[in-house]
Amino acid sequence: MKVELTVNDKKFSVEIEPGEMLLETLRKLGYKSVKHACSTASCGACTVQLDGKAVLSCTTFTAAADGHEIKTVEAFSENGKLSPIQQAILEEGGSQCGFCIPGLVVTAENLLDENPDPTKEEILDNLKGNLCRCTGYESQTRAILKAAKERREK
Amino acid sequence: MSGKVFTEEKMNVVNTSVEKVDGKALIQGKPVFTDDFDIPNSLIVKILRSPHAHAIISSIDTTSAQKIEGVACIFTYKDVPRIVYTRAGQGYPEPSPYDTFVLDRKVRYVGDAVAIVAAETEQIAEAALKLIKVEYELLPAVLDYEHAMDDGAPIIHDESEISGAYDPRHNIAEHYEMKVGNVDEELKKCDFVVDQTYYTPNQSHAMMEPHGAISYFDPNGRLTVITSTQVPFHARRILKRIFGVNCRVIKPRIGGGFGGKQALFVEPYVVAVTLKTGRPARCIYTREETMTASNTRHAMRFRVRVGAMRDGTLRAIDLWGLSNTGAYGEHALTVFMVSGSKTLPLYNKVKAVRFGGDVVYSNTEPAGAFRGYGAPQGMFGLDTALDELAREMKIDPIEFKLKNSIREGETSPVFKIMGEGREGVDEIIESCKIEECAVEGAKLFGWYEKIKRPRIDLKNRVAHGYGVAFAMQGSSIPMVDMGGATIKMNDDGTFNLLIGATDLGTGSDTILAQIAAEVLHTTVDKMIVYSSDTDMTPFDKGAYASSTTYVSGNAVKKAAEKMKEEILKAAAEVLMKSPNYLYLEDNCVVSGDGKKITFSELQTKLFYTFNQRQLQVTESFVSEVAPPPYLVSFVEIEIDLDTGKIRVIDFLDYIDCGVTINPILARGQVEGAVAQGIGMALFEDHIMDKNGRMVTNDFFTYKIPARGDIGSIDVRFAKSYEPSGPFGAKSVSEIGLDTPGPAIANAIFDAVGVRMRRLPIKSEELFFEMKKRGVI
Repeated sequence: MKVELTVNDKKFSVEIEPGEMLLETLRKLGYKSVKHACSTASCGACTVQLDGKAVLSCTTFTAAADGHEIKTVEAFSENGKLSPIQQAILEEGGSQCGFCIPGLVVTAENLLDENPDPTKEEILDNLKGNLCRCTGYESQTRAILKAAKERREK
Repeated sequence: MSGKVFTEEKMNVVNTSVEKVDGKALIQGKPVFTDDFDIPNSLIVKILRSPHAHAIISSIDTTSAQKIEGVACIFTYKDVPRIVYTRAGQGYPEPSPYDTFVLDRKVRYVGDAVAIVAAETEQIAEAALKLIKVEYELLPAVLDYEHAMDDGAPIIHDESEISGAYDPRHNIAEHYEMKVGNVDEELKKCDFVVDQTYYTPNQSHAMMEPHGAISYFDPNGRLTVITSTQVPFHARRILKRIFGVNCRVIKPRIGGGFGGKQALFVEPYVVAVTLKTGRPARCIYTREETMTASNTRHAMRFRVRVGAMRDGTLRAIDLWGLSNTGAYGEHALTVFMVSGSKTLPLYNKVKAVRFGGDVVYSNTEPAGAFRGYGAPQGMFGLDTALDELAREMKIDPIEFKLKNSIREGETSPVFKIMGEGREGVDEIIESCKIEECAVEGAKLFGWYEKIKRPRIDLKNRVAHGYGVAFAMQGSSIPMVDMGGATIKMNDDGTFNLLIGATDLGTGSDTILAQIAAEVLHTTVDKMIVYSSDTDMTPFDKGAYASSTTYVSGNAVKKAAEKMKEEILKAAAEVLMKSPNYLYLEDNCVVSGDGKKITFSELQTKLFYTFNQRQLQVTESFVSEVAPPPYLVSFVEIEIDLDTGKIRVIDFLDYIDCGVTINPILARGQVEGAVAQGIGMALFEDHIMDKNGRMVTNDFFTYKIPARGDIGSIDVRFAKSYEPSGPFGAKSVSEIGLDTPGPAIANAIFDAVGVRMRRLPIKSEELFFEMKKRGVI
């Protein structure tokens, strides 16, 4: 079947297999930032925004995204300029191997859109579905608090 | 060397938190990982895995599977070279036994490879897997490693080709023992003795990026392997052993390794397919395969005996262990030895010490290298036992451990006795700030105020406890590990830094660039790093044994110093000055009388108009010592008295890792290791069914710490300078994993008086122990 997707403001008409997951479709389209890490909705590395809400693309049928707007991490750094969240993660050492980072950024952007001034506890709670094995989370929490402040002051 | 004071070199780039050189690409989600490379016309490789823990393949029929359109090839044990090897990516000759084949007629754990399928698509490959007909002759299995050496236990490795294993007929992969003095005699003289047994689990690395590799012939017919590995040069060497072919191994960015990628899992499968078909082949493991069919930490049991005199003098240590290497012996001997070699020297004042035991095969997932490499296992037993001893003697555990620990200018006979699967090297400690770590850490944590507080609050149904643990690690494997670095000067004022060193997310590309930039009076953005490509970069042992900062860092420093000499020599010719009157400053060569030439001008002249040559140098470094970093950790926990739930509130690491080349990256290494250590201490537990199948095969069933599970982690660095390290640095990546286990166990005892001697410490077990002892 054929579906119409808008990915990072770009329109695609894609032929998909029955049962195809959004993760597969996006990677086929070249959005390699969307990661295969568990494929069972348990780690958050495949998170994208669907109409502005963070969803796990490994368990979202592509057919369900027909006609909807998708944002991957690529949408948040235009022409190589990092978003405040990305910049803060870089500065605070919140990205080590970087594999979980696209999913984390997409989720954190969603969080700060909805809650521009989150507490540390709200960050931990809201992002608990995004696993990271490298950092111990401390630096990422520092980064998101810092980015939230910067976004508010903008 | 004793009492060496901290030398404050004036540094421009080192000891600053520059951003990671690969950071921007990673944060933007650029296609930089193995799975992100689309090689046209690739075959997809899938592995048929054994459903049985121990069996002989009595027949295997691939006829129907072969018939599916789109299946390119299927290999069984009959079709691949029968070359025995070890998957452990170690220096050569490897200290691990040769006990593995790409495919074998015998399967030794649930998940062992039975057949390799290559097809046009993943769906076709999976359909083919289902059509391979295998009949197994089931054998009795060893699922509990504590019974691996029992009389009549099934023999796991009866192949004739096995070599380097200690006694495979009795499932003993390795055996080791050492002693200094007589522990039995010394323990008899002690006023206090603790004799207890401790267990640590088969923790999974659970790196976010699953294992994966791609292989193809480049246009000139050079076999090329892109793989998520910590050891590209060892991978190349081992692939040559198996297939007899030369190849190029490229390590792209790696999505975490923690030792899990210091072995070859996927590479032989794709290479077999490419060699047979001539086509590119890719194999990316699922999470389930990564969890069940790669490596875990070696589960260990240690009987620990420690004895001390009434005045708090530690007199003897005896560690006797049993380690489970699972179905194959990757890193079997060396991990076990590190349980002693990276723990015992910390308490160097004892009169007698003994260490030994067996590493056994069992029909479980093979164990391998995992951050800490045995030290977390050994230190859980040793530090907890010392805590028990201190409590029995009514001495503050900090005071007791500090009093008996090593200092600058001292040594331990263990350094010489225990090396990498063989004898080690003598070492005098030149930097050790463990006293600062303990004293300043205790102040910062508020230890002496906190321990005055009441622990059990029956009204609110909670208890609080405070624990402390000490640790050491090493920096490299001395006289074994070698790192190389090449620096090439460009006419645009940049340098290429070519290093074999393997950045797996740790930031080594960045800190090595900092070291080179420091020497060459330039900045990190002028240092263009290419790493870990066996055809392009000099050799490096790879990322393990806490060696990259120290060994590769020293190699880079040597290369940069050589480049500096070359630059001065060339500039002297151009400026017609003696090199002695020249120095480097801000990307220029400057002479005493104010003459100046930029690096860019210099190399441009050398390219086109003057004494024409390319400035390029290569240097190598092997260390004669492995200076340990030191760590004192403090933890506050809270226990829910109604459920036994344990919550880490605050974790403080006070660490001596020498000078931090990049403080933020160093802190990240420690924070990450602490989180993994807390996981090992409290959450991460593998469960097997009665047939040996690991049922904890995803992130739902195998619980790694999530956000909010680990309280807050604080990291402080002692002021320290290691004279043999690059700009005073020692290692930092592994040591943080050694302390959470004992610190938390000690804190639980402090809170409720219950000793938990098996990790992970489960809430329900603590609850029933508290009940049994009448705490609740």
